[in-house]
Amino acid sequence: MAASGKSALNKAPLLEVKNLRVEFPTRRGTLLAVDDVSFEIAAGEVLGVVGESGAGKSLTGNAIIGLLEPPGRVAGGEIRLEGRRIDNLPYEEMRKVRGAQIGAIFQDPLTSLNPLYSVGRQLIETIQTHLPLSAGQARQRAIDLLKEVGIPGAEQRIDHYPHQFSGGMRQRVVIALALCAGPKLIVADEPTTALDVSIQAQVIALLKRLCREHGTAVMLVTHDMGVIAETADRVAVMYAGRVAEIGPVRDVIKQARHPYTEGLMGSIPSLGHRSERLAQIDGAMPRLTEIPRGCAFNPRCGHRGQRCLVERPDLMPAGSSRAACWLHDPRGVGAAAVGELADA
Amino acid sequence: MLAFILRRLMQSVAVLLAVGLVSFSLFRYVGDPINAMVGQDTPAVEREALRVKLGLNDPAPIQFVRFIANAAHGQFGLSYRTAEPVSRMILERLPATLELSFCAALFALLVGIPMGVYTGLYPRHWTSRLLQAVSLIGVSLPTFLIGILLILFFSVILRWLPSFGRGETVTIGWWTTNFLRWKGLEALILPSITLGLFQLTLLMRLVRSEMLEVMRTDYIKFARARGLTNRAINFGHALKNTLVPVITVTGLQLGSLIAFAIVTETVFAWPGVGQLFIQSVQFSDIPVMAAYLMLIGLFFVIINLVVDLLYFVVDPRLRGQMGRRAGAH
Ligand SMILES: Nc1ncnc2c1ncn2[C@@H]1O[C@H](COP(=O)(O)OP(=O)(O)OP(=O)(O)O)[C@@H](O)[C@H]1O
Ligand code: SF4
Ligand SMILES: [Mg+2]
Repeated sequence: MAASGKSALNKAPLLEVKNLRVEFPTRRGTLLAVDDVSFEIAAGEVLGVVGESGAGKSLTGNAIIGLLEPPGRVAGGEIRLEGRRIDNLPYEEMRKVRGAQIGAIFQDPLTSLNPLYSVGRQLIETIQTHLPLSAGQARQRAIDLLKEVGIPGAEQRIDHYPHQFSGGMRQRVVIALALCAGPKLIVADEPTTALDVSIQAQVIALLKRLCREHGTAVMLVTHDMGVIAETADRVAVMYAGRVAEIGPVRDVIKQARHPYTEGLMGSIPSLGHRSERLAQIDGAMPRLTEIPRGCAFNPRCGHRGQRCLVERPDLMPAGSSRAACWLHDPRGVGAAAVGELADA
Repeated sequence: MLAFILRRLMQSVAVLLAVGLVSFSLFRYVGDPINAMVGQDTPAVEREALRVKLGLNDPAPIQFVRFIANAAHGQFGLSYRTAEPVSRMILERLPATLELSFCAALFALLVGIPMGVYTGLYPRHWTSRLLQAVSLIGVSLPTFLIGILLILFFSVILRWLPSFGRGETVTIGWWTTNFLRWKGLEALILPSITLGLFQLTLLMRLVRSEMLEVMRTDYIKFARARGLTNRAINFGHALKNTLVPVITVTGLQLGSLIAFAIVTETVFAWPGVGQLFIQSVQFSDIPVMAAYLMLIGLFFVIINLVVDLLYFVVDPRLRGQMGRRAGAH
């Protein structure tokens, strides 16, 4: 699976997102929902993405797979897969990338499968769309995949319909579908949120194991810091359409560099503890129409200075991570800001 | 599955009995059948004798049972108007109506569904908007007006198509068909369009809205994320999911096509059962009306049965519920 040879390309990250902007033209002007987001994912790496609801996580994921729902559109920046630019491909070209090179898993396993077709038909159809296999070979591959995702009696179950599977089993089928043409990257958008708590861990463990075995990289969007801590290599924290902090997951958890991340991590007791929801931070993320000048987090930040109110910080090195916060700038946050904290 | 079919059959019989009761009441209580059969100056004794002979003095339940038994054998007595057996009159005219309804349904399905798919897939395209607007006209214009306009344009002004009658037909056994002669096919065109236009617009709007809904579902989004071709997504995944409501409506509409053929047959002087029914109403020809009612009831019931069975073919979830479960959870 791993890319071989060709030293120059080998060094290039698998996925490169650079200055991505996603906007929505609306009647009352254009909303900038993803603003200047940049990150990279190396081959086989798991990047966790966290952030409050509305931070732009799903939009970023959808932009990568080229399935932003109109009127949303990529308004700037670029997305590269193995060095090849994919954000401006014609629909038909991008279609061939989806499934074959970038797989996707969405939130709800109950509704992700077409109820009228057997899971085998859906698997075989996807396999044959991307791989030059005969019907028999495709069916064999489908059975193997179902076995791999841990579906007992795969030879019989392949002809069953989605409604004959439980939620957890369906999500396993969904994972098999995302993997069936051997993509190098999977964008998993809250893949277990809709599942019973008791099976969330199993499904995440399965996803992690499969991707390691196949050498598949994952962009794992979740609200669950516990999942990130267990699964991800690196984590990106998003806030109001921007990346607030990004770095190796252990470092970020041990020492958050952005005040927002600090707030998020505040309630995580120890590494490996599951089902910790994002901690409550006073106030709410601003709506897209009301993002303040300067640092978007400044109304809720205990460290803010004058500079935070006027100048917007970009990602800058902070220890082994990168954070978008003036605290890590040599010039600092400036003089203490006047006035009380808003919505404290 | 078998239990389900049996239950449905029982329900169908119940419905037919109810229709039979209405027909029977019509027969028995609207006007006096004897009056319709004998002359003005027939003596009362003779009338009474006829009454006894026809069983009209028996208790109503017995008469009803007799009526149903006869109906089951296709016997509805003699027409008051022509003194012919009603069943023969209906059979003679049934092929005309069935062929007309069939063509109208075919027209509605073959044009309506693709138009619905197109407007559902590209709701913002100007042709979609145009079709939507035109379909509104189709829904709101009354059938007879459409028929008259079509005749005016294609028969009177352009002189392309005949404006009345079945044209040339071929008789096979008791069935007379339009399908084997060019002139017969020609004659079918305008009436079929007239009869089918309403159903066409209905189907188009139904498929369109179902399509719009299905295209927003998660499984379509997931199918796109797997890189399936547009054709596989639109026609394999999306269209099939619109089929259940489409089958329901098509079934219902097929029944009403046959029932509402009355207007079209009148406009185009089409010698079908609908026209026969109109004539019987004018003459208070109760046996024909009663038989017609039963026939329409029978069609509705049969179509409903077929629709129910089609659900099983399309939707595996129903198969799971009604039949044996194909596996544990
Ligand atoms: N069609 C749309 N029109 C206008 N704004 C939109 C549209 N879709 C999304 N947005 C906005 O974009 C922002 C980011 O949405 P996104 O779905 O990426 O959030 P998210 O981080 O995935 O949140 P969640 O955790 O709730 O899934 C939100 O503020 C949302 O209001
Ligand atoms: S830039 Fe200023 S306001 Fe923003 S997080 Fe850092 S300290 Fe807080
Ligand atoms: Mg989301």
